[in-house]
Amino acid sequence: MQINVDSVTKKYGNYVALDGVSAEIPSGSIFGLLGPNGAGKTSLIRIMNQITGPDEGRILLDGKPIKSSDVSRIGYLPEERGLYKKMEVGEQSMYLARLKGLDSKQAKAALKDWFERFEIQDWWKKKVEELSKGMAQKVQFITTVLHNPELLIFDEPFSGFDPINAELIKNEILELNRKGTTVIFSTHRMESVEQMCDYIALISRSKFVLNGSLSEIRERFRDNTFKLEIRSDQSEEQFILPAGALLLEEKNEGNILTKVVRLESANTTPLLQAGMQMGTVQLLSEVIPSVNEIFIQTVKESHE
Amino acid sequence: MNRILLIIQREYLSRVKKRSFLIMTIVGPILLSAIGILPAYFASMPEPDRTLMVLDQADILDMDKGTDRISLKYLGPPANYTIDEAKEQFMLTEDYALVYIPTGSGWDPDFISKNIVIYGKEEVSLGVKSFVEDIIRSKIEDLKLRNQGVDPEVIAQVRTHVKVKSINIEESGVEEESIVEGKMVIGFIFAFFMYFFIFIFGSQVMNGVMEEKSNRVVEVIVSSVRPFQLMMGKILGSGLVGLTQFLIWIALSFIIYTAFTGIFLADKMEAIQTMAEQSAAGGAESIEQLQNDGIGSVMTFLDTLNVPLLIGSFIFYFLAGFFLYAAMFAAIGSAVENQADAQQFLFPVTIPIILSIVIAMKVAEDPNGPLGFWFSMIPFTSPIVMVTRIPFGVPYWQLGLSMLLLILGFIGTTWVASRIYRVGILMYGKKITWGELWKWMKYGG
Repeated sequence: MQINVDSVTKKYGNYVALDGVSAEIPSGSIFGLLGPNGAGKTSLIRIMNQITGPDEGRILLDGKPIKSSDVSRIGYLPEERGLYKKMEVGEQSMYLARLKGLDSKQAKAALKDWFERFEIQDWWKKKVEELSKGMAQKVQFITTVLHNPELLIFDEPFSGFDPINAELIKNEILELNRKGTTVIFSTHRMESVEQMCDYIALISRSKFVLNGSLSEIRERFRDNTFKLEIRSDQSEEQFILPAGALLLEEKNEGNILTKVVRLESANTTPLLQAGMQMGTVQLLSEVIPSVNEIFIQTVKESHE
Repeated sequence: MNRILLIIQREYLSRVKKRSFLIMTIVGPILLSAIGILPAYFASMPEPDRTLMVLDQADILDMDKGTDRISLKYLGPPANYTIDEAKEQFMLTEDYALVYIPTGSGWDPDFISKNIVIYGKEEVSLGVKSFVEDIIRSKIEDLKLRNQGVDPEVIAQVRTHVKVKSINIEESGVEEESIVEGKMVIGFIFAFFMYFFIFIFGSQVMNGVMEEKSNRVVEVIVSSVRPFQLMMGKILGSGLVGLTQFLIWIALSFIIYTAFTGIFLADKMEAIQTMAEQSAAGGAESIEQLQNDGIGSVMTFLDTLNVPLLIGSFIFYFLAGFFLYAAMFAAIGSAVENQADAQQFLFPVTIPIILSIVIAMKVAEDPNGPLGFWFSMIPFTSPIVMVTRIPFGVPYWQLGLSMLLLILGFIGTTWVASRIYRVGILMYGKKITWGELWKWMKYGG
């Protein structure tokens, strides 16, 4: 499912939560929604889930304006999770599945599959208050994806899971994505963004300050920084930095010298030559900024 | 809407399955039938016999012996006692009260009538006090008439026993004997029932909303249904629980009442039966007896009521009144995060409910007066005030208008509540004020 966020504005009184944001989320992609706390991520997610409506702008699903029957095409796992404590796991899962439009037969069959997959069949008759937090999160994950939505929206999906379960959930998300489900998730964990996302958008102060495919964005943030590793017997003072280059970092371990250098242009020949004069060049690679660095840099700039 | 039905169903089942529902369902009708039976039972219990000590210095009572129930005995000769001595004497006896009739300087009936005192070891009952007032009034009146030279025989003839029976003339021309006390009781039962129902079920709705908010399940639910549907589903579900409980109560109360009257009052019933037969044969005395008899009057009284109209309109006010208040309770539940924060917002909601019950008391004395009329039109008070009036008979146009206004009222509160609710359920960690609620109401979307 392709999603278009079309110049969406949301205000709460005088407070502007979203200020004319637009984005395209291609069908079948994994889209990371990043941004500091209070930037407007949850507001946007709630608008996509039709929990609130935009004051201006609209959301398009496959080119058509979103309508209330679309809730059954979307699965949503909010950041703050919860279930009815006094209700039994099975009964509650059935209820949530039926609210998403499944009939009781479909719901039961789908639940049976998922419960077997997660090996939690014997939880069916347990009350939610008898489950641990992690267990309840698993149940909640199942109820989110149960109705085979075309779009899954996760707000901080890995918070509250131990590393083993976080891995399990991550693999389930990737598996669903392979089958064609479009996934949007917001997170603070940059390493999961790097591992999983095809596209990212960065919200800061109610606006998108960065928006596009991850590889394209990283391309854009290239700044001719290179890492050079030289095996050399000479002392490091012998190394002559090419003209206009800036030494960012250096390391000397035995006879291995490592230099991180920002060049004037993408032409690496002068750097390579400088290295070769010292000894054997073991490695020359470009240093592409991590999402984390991009995040921090962009947010800082947007605040200036 | 299929989804709202699911919400109603969950709400209904989760409440009905609770133990508290079962307990209320059993205890309720016992209380309700107790309210119906006990007054009749107490009415048939005799008051204890009492003896009054009298210091009649004005010599006005003429050594009257009183009645079987309240007998009079005299301290004599009166001139030998001062009031203090009489009091001492009184304290030594088992007598119920001491009546002191002073004579004053001259023998002036008007002085005497204003200076009579009753001393009791405890609060003297109203019945005894009015007995003493009655007997002294008639004695003084006799004296005054005799002093004017009226023949004692004429005086005896003039004395008339009056008993007023009040009868309503229906528009159809049918005359119906009104039994005001019974209608007041029915009206009160309805009013109190409504009062407790709105409070108990209204706060249940509030707590339910608060629970969904605090355990964060609400955000998942509103990603499947509109917040309005969730709110209405909860209100309708709770309303149905209340209706179920009410209908079970009516059925059980009827069974208990029938069983009770059948077993414990069987002999009384027979007596009523025979009296009724006698009265058909023309025994006017027995009708009066029948009416004075507790159970008898309850029985004949029930026949005079339009029961289907009564139950039907009660159910209407019951549901509509509940919806009106439940919407407000839901809005409060959505705005706050715990019971303590709810208090400040509950205050203005509970005021009209409490006001209604106070006004209902007044209205029962004058069901068709202006107070009753206006407060049975205002949607916030009409559910309680109108059900108090209904047993007395309310003109159909008033009933219709009141119902219409109540429907408009609950549409209004529901609209306002839903606008607060949709923002409130997703709002955490904020100190909520009235101004804040007002702002939420104006948010778009």
